[in-house]
Amino acid sequence: MNTKSSFGVAQIILFLSIAILVVVVAFPVLLILFNAFWVEDHFNFSGAIEILKEPETFKALINSLIIAGMSTIGSTIVGTFFAWLVTRTDMPHKRFMKSMFLVPFMLPSFIGAMAWKMLLSPNAGFINRFFMDNLGFDGPIFNLYSYYGISAVEVMYLFPFVFIQVCGALERMDPTLEESARISGAGLFTITRKITIPLVLPSILSGALLIMLYSMAHFGTVAVLGIENGIYNIPVLIYERIHQSGGSFESIRTGTVLATVLVISAACIIWAQRKILGSGHYQIIGGKSFRPMELKLRGLKYPLMFFCFAYIAFTIVLPTVVIFLVGGLSTYGLSFTPENLSLDNFKFILFEYDVTRDAIFNSVTLGLTAAIITMFAGVMISYVIVKMDVKGKGILEFLGMLPFSVPGSVIALGVILAWSGQFGINLYNTVWIILVAYIARYMAFSLKANSAALEQVHDSLVEASRACGATMWQSLKDIVLPLVKPGMFAAFFLIFLPSLRELTVSIMLYAPTTRTIGVAIYTLNEDGETVISCALAAIALIIIIVGQTVINHFTKKESE
Amino acid sequence: MAGFVRLIGVTKRFGDVTAVNNLNYEIGKGECFSMLGPSGCGKTTTLRMVAGFEDLTEGEVWVGDQLFSSPAKNHYTPPEKRNFGMVFQAFAVWPHLSVYENVAFPLRIRKLSESEIDQRTMDALKATNLVAAKDQSPDYLSGGGKQRVALARALAINPDVMLLDEPLSSLDPHLREEMRFEIKDLQMKYGFSIIYVTHDQSEAMALSDRILVMKLGVVQQIDTPLNIYNNPANKFVFSFIGLSNFLAVNQDGSSAQLPGGVALPAGVTVPDRLAGESVVSWASRPSEIDFLPADDPTGLHGVVNRKAFLGEIIDYQIQVGEQTLRVQKGRRDPGPEPGENCALRFLRPFWYKEDE
Repeated sequence: MNTKSSFGVAQIILFLSIAILVVVVAFPVLLILFNAFWVEDHFNFSGAIEILKEPETFKALINSLIIAGMSTIGSTIVGTFFAWLVTRTDMPHKRFMKSMFLVPFMLPSFIGAMAWKMLLSPNAGFINRFFMDNLGFDGPIFNLYSYYGISAVEVMYLFPFVFIQVCGALERMDPTLEESARISGAGLFTITRKITIPLVLPSILSGALLIMLYSMAHFGTVAVLGIENGIYNIPVLIYERIHQSGGSFESIRTGTVLATVLVISAACIIWAQRKILGSGHYQIIGGKSFRPMELKLRGLKYPLMFFCFAYIAFTIVLPTVVIFLVGGLSTYGLSFTPENLSLDNFKFILFEYDVTRDAIFNSVTLGLTAAIITMFAGVMISYVIVKMDVKGKGILEFLGMLPFSVPGSVIALGVILAWSGQFGINLYNTVWIILVAYIARYMAFSLKANSAALEQVHDSLVEASRACGATMWQSLKDIVLPLVKPGMFAAFFLIFLPSLRELTVSIMLYAPTTRTIGVAIYTLNEDGETVISCALAAIALIIIIVGQTVINHFTKKESE
Repeated sequence: MAGFVRLIGVTKRFGDVTAVNNLNYEIGKGECFSMLGPSGCGKTTTLRMVAGFEDLTEGEVWVGDQLFSSPAKNHYTPPEKRNFGMVFQAFAVWPHLSVYENVAFPLRIRKLSESEIDQRTMDALKATNLVAAKDQSPDYLSGGGKQRVALARALAINPDVMLLDEPLSSLDPHLREEMRFEIKDLQMKYGFSIIYVTHDQSEAMALSDRILVMKLGVVQQIDTPLNIYNNPANKFVFSFIGLSNFLAVNQDGSSAQLPGGVALPAGVTVPDRLAGESVVSWASRPSEIDFLPADDPTGLHGVVNRKAFLGEIIDYQIQVGEQTLRVQKGRRDPGPEPGENCALRFLRPFWYKEDE
């Protein structure tokens, strides 16, 4: 009798989980595919190809590939090099540098792009001006509005994906794998080349693919820096088409075809990543742990240290400082002297200007709501995927993979198709449509954090509780839930913080009163309100950095 | 066996902790020398100092007439220049290279000709029975197979000295015994010296010409396996090799008795060298104790607590005053039953200070 009742519980949970994923993620994505290929009541594949052959869409496709390709290569080299430096050499201040290299994870790249625009735009950028006015250069030293410029800025914000993966692999690697090469007579550079790098290659590639996935679907940097020279990628073109045409049939169709390209490439990337992680992941984790050997850099020790400090100062500190300074100016273009700087802009956007006040309120409430809903839905769905053995779980596993591979602009477009009234519910131009999109977008984070936590809870713990006389519900409540709480907290913050700076999704869905922080910064900047937009960006940075510090503090306590 | 590998006053300190304290020994050419001790005793640190992975705080390491490490003379030869073979506990074979390439690696580093690389690699693979697996990734081999790859890789350069860092402790017990003899056979064939680190006394006894027993960075005894077993230098060595019983004996001036008012048997006295100690330790091995008739005045008197039949042997636990000890007899010897009084005679007792 007992088994029967828990079977019922299982069915309810399974049904709910599938329902959530179908409504929130699968249905919008299916609508995109449907709209891309189903024209006037019949299947039309060649029509989709025609759209891709149009000069503008084709250009977007090529640009996406070029920018993603260059950013991926650049980030992989930078990330691997720094990871190796901070884990395997005797460079001074490694720990500090490691934490600094993770900072770009927190910073929204479109804010970075704005900062770089002020620093390096061909004619007005502070650095270019400095070289032209004071050092006699004829033209700008670097043209930011180019493939190189856009990719370089993306590298600054994306390399931590590779950095963190490679650091992890290098730190966990059994040091005797390298020591045995050393005792075989190999010098340290030979070991690095022939043993260390090949062994961590799967981690390098997996990080590189993550960057590729992110960059293909990335809106902010390209939108901010590409506009002057007409460089745009797929997400930017989708946004422009939808935005300019007010949702006409033609624009929606172009958008869905482009979105389909994004979905397919994302699926290929995810597949390749799983393949690499599955087949090539060597067992390189060691038993005895000695301090891994460190390469003595000798003469290069201080030059490399200065190089790292210079990199951190130039790519992390400088752009942040520029945002804060410009945010303090009364008019853009004035010099940074004390009499020109004040806190007036900050007062204005926090207490007087309703656009920015609304944006902050919207982002915080949207982030909180999305984080709470997604956290609970995620723990339930992960529970079914990781722990339960019921019929129909296969569907759920497939659906659970979907959020990982659907880029933000695709989600936004799908949500427009699904919730604009065709199916009885019209959320368009309300905050609710952004909320639905956030839930879809961040479900992947929640599933990841919660399944990791659930995998730590061994089945025998629940069985022991059942053997002590607890029902299934009691076991879930008293045993499983307390044990996965850290995973749920992690999921909450993994969603709440990024949603505060979200741009790609909200830019497609906002209405005049439903701007988020990201949208407000972006649109103010586009409208030429540079100082106001910088001041808002500075406030966003403060919220994000404070939030991250609080989390780090708590997670450290938890693990101690 | 003139000293081939020489350690002179080798000391290693990590901050305030002395991991290895003033180690002096010499190992002959072709000798198998074991360092034995519980984990944390400094044996692995010592081996890593010989290999060159750890710096010495003080002292010198020599091989033949070459000085390898000497902080005083500011001399240090890096591991890759020492020409040792080394095998690690966790195998440390490279999963991205085939078995053949793993073994050929040290030869390729030495830039030998292709034909010589092939010949020496195949020789090492033959010696370790790995020819059939040569094109596989070592990831697909069992633990024993991986450790053979590591051995073959160490053999390929035909080293004078082989360093083995608990090479068998990741293996199943039955494989462990088999590999023990394989290592010994390879040594016979190639004639290298072995420095072998282990915490397993039977492994050390089976393989070694001499054993060094270490505790908290300090040498306790260096001797042949037979002498270590027959004449343990102190209580720690006695307890670390084989099964052991220790009975505390209280001394008060000239009289001595066991806790609980048990008298020493007639004719048994504490050696003079321990006369000043208030408590001394009376050591015996369970297999070297005989039962005497229960009323024999020359026996130590006790009561049988427990009698367990273990197959070939019978294991007794005897209560002597407040202490217990173990006795092991062959299954054919009739012995007392639980609850009965008995008298014991130690065949080869040792007396030690209580706190050694």
